[in-house]
Amino acid sequence: MDLLDFARGPAINVAMAVLVFGVLWRLFALLFLGKPVDRTIPRLGTPGPFWAGLREIGRRMLPHPTFATAERFAFFNGWVFHVGLAIVVFGFRPHILFIKNLTGLSWPALPSGVIYAVGAITALSLIAALVKRITSPVQRFISTFDDYFTWVVTIAPVLTGLAAVGHVGARYETLLAIHILSIAVLLIWLPFGKLFHAFLVFLSRGQTGAFLARRGV
Amino acid sequence: MTDTINVQAAADKFLSVVGRPLATWAEACVKCGLCAEACHFYQATKDPKYTPAYKILPIAKAHKARTGFLGMLGLAPKITEKDLKDWEELIFDTCNMCGRCTLVCPMGIDIASITGATRAAMASAGIGPADLFAAAENSRDRGSPLGLSPEKLEDRLEWLADDNEIELPLDKKGAEVLLTVSSIEMMKYPDSIVSMAKLLNHAGVNWTFSKKGYEATNFGYLSGKSDIAKMMTMRIVEAAEELGVKAVIIPECGHAYGVMRWQAANVIGRPLPFEVWHITEYLAKLKREGKFEFKPYTTPFTYHDPCQISRRGGAAADARYLMEGFMTDFHEMAPTGNSNWCCGGGGGVQAIARSAPIRYQVFKIKTDQVAKAGVETLVSSCANCRLTMDEAKAATKWTGGLDSIVEILASHLITKDDD
Repeated sequence: MDLLDFARGPAINVAMAVLVFGVLWRLFALLFLGKPVDRTIPRLGTPGPFWAGLREIGRRMLPHPTFATAERFAFFNGWVFHVGLAIVVFGFRPHILFIKNLTGLSWPALPSGVIYAVGAITALSLIAALVKRITSPVQRFISTFDDYFTWVVTIAPVLTGLAAVGHVGARYETLLAIHILSIAVLLIWLPFGKLFHAFLVFLSRGQTGAFLARRGV
Repeated sequence: MTDTINVQAAADKFLSVVGRPLATWAEACVKCGLCAEACHFYQATKDPKYTPAYKILPIAKAHKARTGFLGMLGLAPKITEKDLKDWEELIFDTCNMCGRCTLVCPMGIDIASITGATRAAMASAGIGPADLFAAAENSRDRGSPLGLSPEKLEDRLEWLADDNEIELPLDKKGAEVLLTVSSIEMMKYPDSIVSMAKLLNHAGVNWTFSKKGYEATNFGYLSGKSDIAKMMTMRIVEAAEELGVKAVIIPECGHAYGVMRWQAANVIGRPLPFEVWHITEYLAKLKREGKFEFKPYTTPFTYHDPCQISRRGGAAADARYLMEGFMTDFHEMAPTGNSNWCCGGGGGVQAIARSAPIRYQVFKIKTDQVAKAGVETLVSSCANCRLTMDEAKAATKWTGGLDSIVEILASHLITKDDD
């Protein structure tokens, strides 16, 4: 078994299993904690928790009007690399083929040139996020190993993917194997580090929306 | 801070208070640091340690030590005495639980709730400001943080009634509304008590004070002492139930409103058998019913939204409705309403003497807002905000004026004598 076989086979399979098990574990751990019953009387005319939660999930996709200036970079750059990652993951033909093999689902791919451009923009956006983290006294102070390690495992598949399609630095098969292995690391890390915010964002915003709406805020 | 620190008690308390909502918030932070932009303590000092997200760390650590993957294996770091000591200032002295950081957080984390739970854990361990704890213990032992015992309440009400020739009913049978007081008002701003009574009497409300449940402030909650929080809540609940009132009115005090309106039913474990109104909400209701007419108030002024009444209480519009039509020279400050800057003294911080210097720094944000609004008078509806700003005004020699919306309403009420 060569490196590519290992990456395509055991490595990615184990990573997928860890991802599924880890995500379910953390979600169940939270759900089993239980939610205290709120016996206060909601303010009249306010939406119920479900709709309030949904509204809050949507509302926080954009900066709060009061903090629009302060949030400008974080939201703009955040949108760029989140959307960039989504386009690269779900728009690139080889990725769609991989997902098709796994789930049977497929959809039309974007032109490769678009994917390369978006990949490059995403990498630059992630670098900008790191520069901001390091140069901002607040972000630097509150950052931990999780923040930096998560950054590394997030940008690694982008950079190795770009290297693979550009045939930069090594044989294509070797670059592809490294790319797949970097994805395996990302999938394994996702449930354990802050990448899990991909799930928590809905729970956290949703419950805050319900909490505030009950009070009429 | 007390001498003996029981770290295990803090860890146990964290475990008992962390349900799904707190755990979700504790795990969700992506360290974007935007909350610092919303926090007046960070803005006044530019010290990164005041970043609200940093206040999550003790609860997140304690939670992970018990429930995370490494925690299950006994490998996760546990909360330590040093953690508790290091975060004491951040959790007690420099967080008003005002919820402004909740507005800005892209993940929607409610750090005010995190702070409340962390205070409870720290108080269990014996960590917290001595003067804040003393205020809570005074409430438990003497009825109020400022020593307003039932007997003193009766004396002061008699004095105020005589002095102002006004009826201030106490333990009146058959009353439909129980009016509570903040001892800050009773001791420092008694005109506020008289003003509430004047307005309620004028509107023909059948109301009373109660010797059994009169103190609206809840320093048990503010200090993290859950047993005292429950005791203070129960005093009002039992008084209201004994009197059989339909409504309890909370005076000009933000946290008192927040605790009674949005927490009391959960603290006692059953729905309250009466409505809870902040005085501005109740007066707005009476105004809508056509019970009041006011003479014009022409002083140029701006309004400070108390965080627990507006941002976390949902009653920002009622204060503005009350001012509408007679307070003619109103200038909104920026930001305002639910986004308004906190006074810096809420959440019990006003009672912590060592926090005074940073409160005065925070006050500069407010005076700048007032100046930008182009006025010199700042009106509010919270005695604690007023006291915080009164003290800061004296310390910083600010020349503007501070006033209470209820007092302005009462002094501009058109009565039969005006005919």
